[in-house]
Amino acid sequence: MATTAAREDVQALEGLLLRMWQIRAFELRAMELFEENLIRGSVHPYVGMEAIAVGACAALGPDDFITSTHRGHGHCIAKGLDLKLMMAEIIGREGGYCRGRGGSMHITAIDKGMLGADAIVAGSSAIAVGAAHGLRLQGRDGVVLCFFGDGAANQGILHEACNLGAVLSAPTVFVCENNEWAISTPATASTRIADIADRAAGYAMPGVVVDGNDVLAVRSVTGDAVARARAGEGPTLIEAKSYRVMPHSAATKTDLRPAEELDAWRARDPILRFSRLLADEHGVEPARLEELEEQAKRDVEEAVEFALASPRPEPEAALEDVYAPAEWLTPGRLA
Amino acid sequence: MSDRELTMSEALNEALHEEMERDPGVFVVGEDIAQLGGLFQVTKGLLERFGPQRVIDAPISEAAQAGAGVGAALVGCRPVIELQIADFVSLVVDQVVNHAGKWRYMSGGRVTVPFVLRGAVSSGIGMAAQHSQTLESWFVHAPGLVVIMPSTPYDAKGLLKSAIRDDNPVVFLEKRLLYSRKGLVPEEEYTVPIGVADVKREGGDVTVATYAAGVHLALQAARGFAREGVEVEVVDLRTLKPLDVETLVGSVRKTGRLVVVTEAARAGSFASEVVARVTDEAFDALRSAPVRVAAADAPMPYAAPLERAVLPQVEDVVAGINAALERVPA
Repeated sequence: MATTAAREDVQALEGLLLRMWQIRAFELRAMELFEENLIRGSVHPYVGMEAIAVGACAALGPDDFITSTHRGHGHCIAKGLDLKLMMAEIIGREGGYCRGRGGSMHITAIDKGMLGADAIVAGSSAIAVGAAHGLRLQGRDGVVLCFFGDGAANQGILHEACNLGAVLSAPTVFVCENNEWAISTPATASTRIADIADRAAGYAMPGVVVDGNDVLAVRSVTGDAVARARAGEGPTLIEAKSYRVMPHSAATKTDLRPAEELDAWRARDPILRFSRLLADEHGVEPARLEELEEQAKRDVEEAVEFALASPRPEPEAALEDVYAPAEWLTPGRLA
Repeated sequence: MSDRELTMSEALNEALHEEMERDPGVFVVGEDIAQLGGLFQVTKGLLERFGPQRVIDAPISEAAQAGAGVGAALVGCRPVIELQIADFVSLVVDQVVNHAGKWRYMSGGRVTVPFVLRGAVSSGIGMAAQHSQTLESWFVHAPGLVVIMPSTPYDAKGLLKSAIRDDNPVVFLEKRLLYSRKGLVPEEEYTVPIGVADVKREGGDVTVATYAAGVHLALQAARGFAREGVEVEVVDLRTLKPLDVETLVGSVRKTGRLVVVTEAARAGSFASEVVARVTDEAFDALRSAPVRVAAADAPMPYAAPLERAVLPQVEDVVAGINAALERVPA
C-alpha cells in the first residue's frame, strides 16, 4: 500500500483532501445558515463521513453516475458539483441547481453524473439499478453508484434492488454508509448482523467491509467494484464503516449518543487522518495542508455570496415543471 | 381505414411492437412477460423480436421494477413496466408517487421521467379483494403523473403509443375483461392524443361521463334509453389526468344533466372529481343534481352475487340516468 501510495501523484491526493475540506466547510456553514434562518426545513450534515463520498467518487469517471440520500451534500461535492449552485439551492434561490424547487435533500445534476438526492430512505436503490441497465441498453460505458445508509439496509426496496441488480448483472455499486445511528436508534438495535456487507451473500455478489474513515481504502475497494461492474460482472455491496459526528440534522437537536463514543470517533477524524498521511508519507508541508483547508473555506464563502445574491423564485413560477413539455400541456395551466 | 378487428390485447401488443421498433430506448419489464408473453399476451412475441435486454422477466419485486423504470427513464430510456394485476400498485406507490411523479419538479425541470406503468384491472371475474381494485384516483391525486384508462382496442393502442412517447410518467390501467373484446384498429400508423375525451355516442338529454369498462355499461344503458326516446351522450374521458374539461363541460352545457360512472369505490373516486370540476365550471348549466354511479365502498367480494352487488351493473347506470333525468321509470 505504502509503495503504491508513494507513487501516487501528490497533487491528486491533495485534490482529495481539498474535496473533504470543502464538504466539511460546506456543512458547518450550512448549519450556521440554518441557525440564521437562511435555510428552511433542515440540513443533514455529512461531517465525519467525508472520506466515503470522496473516496468512492474518486473511483468514478465523468460518465458514471451516483444516487444519493437526504444526507447528500457530501456526495454532490465529491462528484464535482458546483458549490455555488448547491448553496443557492439549499438557500432556496432561483440560481440553485433545482431553481429552489428541491432544496437540501433533492439536488440533481445529471450533466455532472448526479441522478438526484432522494429523501426516501433506500428510495434510490432500484433507480440506480434501472439507470445502470438503461446505460448498458444505450451502449454507454457508465456505472451507477448508489449511496445509502445503515437504516436503508432494512428497507424492503433495497433487498429488491440488490436482487434485481444481481439478476440483471446491472453495472451498479451499492455503497452502504454505516454511520451507526438512525436519529436515536443504534444500528445494533435494528439488525442482528455485525456487517451489513454480509447480506451480499444473499444476492451472490461480493460484500466488502471497508474503513469509511480511510479515503484511500474506500477509493481502492470502490475501484475494484466499479471495474467489476463495468466488466459486466454485476454489482458489489460495499459497507463503509463510519460515524456522523454531528446531530442527525439541524432541526434535530436531541442527541442520545454517549459522549465517549462521539469522542472516540472524533479522534478518528478522516480529514485529520488523511492530512497526517500526506504529511508523513508524501512530505506535504503543514503550510500546504493549511492552505487547502483555507481554500475550501474560501470556496464555501464564495458559494454563500453567490447564493445570497441569487434571486428568490417568483411565486408565479411555482407551477412550472410539474410536467415536461407535452402537446397536451397548456403553459401556465395544470393538467 | 381498413376494417380490421383486433382484441385489446392484440392492439396493445401492436403498440409495443411498433414503439420498440421505432425507439431502441423503449424496453419492457414485468412478471412473466418475456417467455410467456404476459398473462394476457400483451407482450407476446417481444422477446423473440427484441431480446432479453429489452424484454425482461423480472423477479416478483414490483417496487424494484418500477424504481428501475424511473432510473432508466432518468438516463434517457423509455421503460414500460407491466403490473400483472393492477392492485399491485400498492407495492409501487412510493416509486411512482414519490419518485416518478416528482423527480422533474424537484430537480427544477432538469430531468424528464418518460415512464409507463401498465396494470390490469381485474374486477368482475371472481378474483376477490386483492385482485379486483380500480385505484386510478390514487394517481390522479398525486402531482406530476398522467393517468389513462382506455375502453376500446383502437384507443388502447393509440393511447399506449402516445404514453410511451410522452416525456411524463404515465399510469396506464387496462380493464382485464376488455382484453378479449374486439374492435376496429386500422393497419396504418396512428396515435390517440393524451388529454382528449371521445364522445362515444351523441345525445342531447343527459351526459354520461365515464372511462374504461364504464363506457360499455353506459353504451348498453344508452341503447335502452334510445328505445324510449331518451338520447344519452356517452363521453369517454380516456385520459383522467390531464382531464379534457372542454369536452366534458361542453357536453353538460348541451344536456344540462350529468351521470359519472366508475368501477372504483365511491369515496374519493375520480367520479367525485369529475362532478366537482363540472360544478366548478358549469354549475349554471346543470338542471339536476349530478349523479355518481360507482362501486360500493367495500372490499371486492369473491362470490358472484356479492361481486355483482358491489360493482356497478347496467341497471345501476340506468338508475343513475333516471335520477339525473328526474324521471320515474315506467
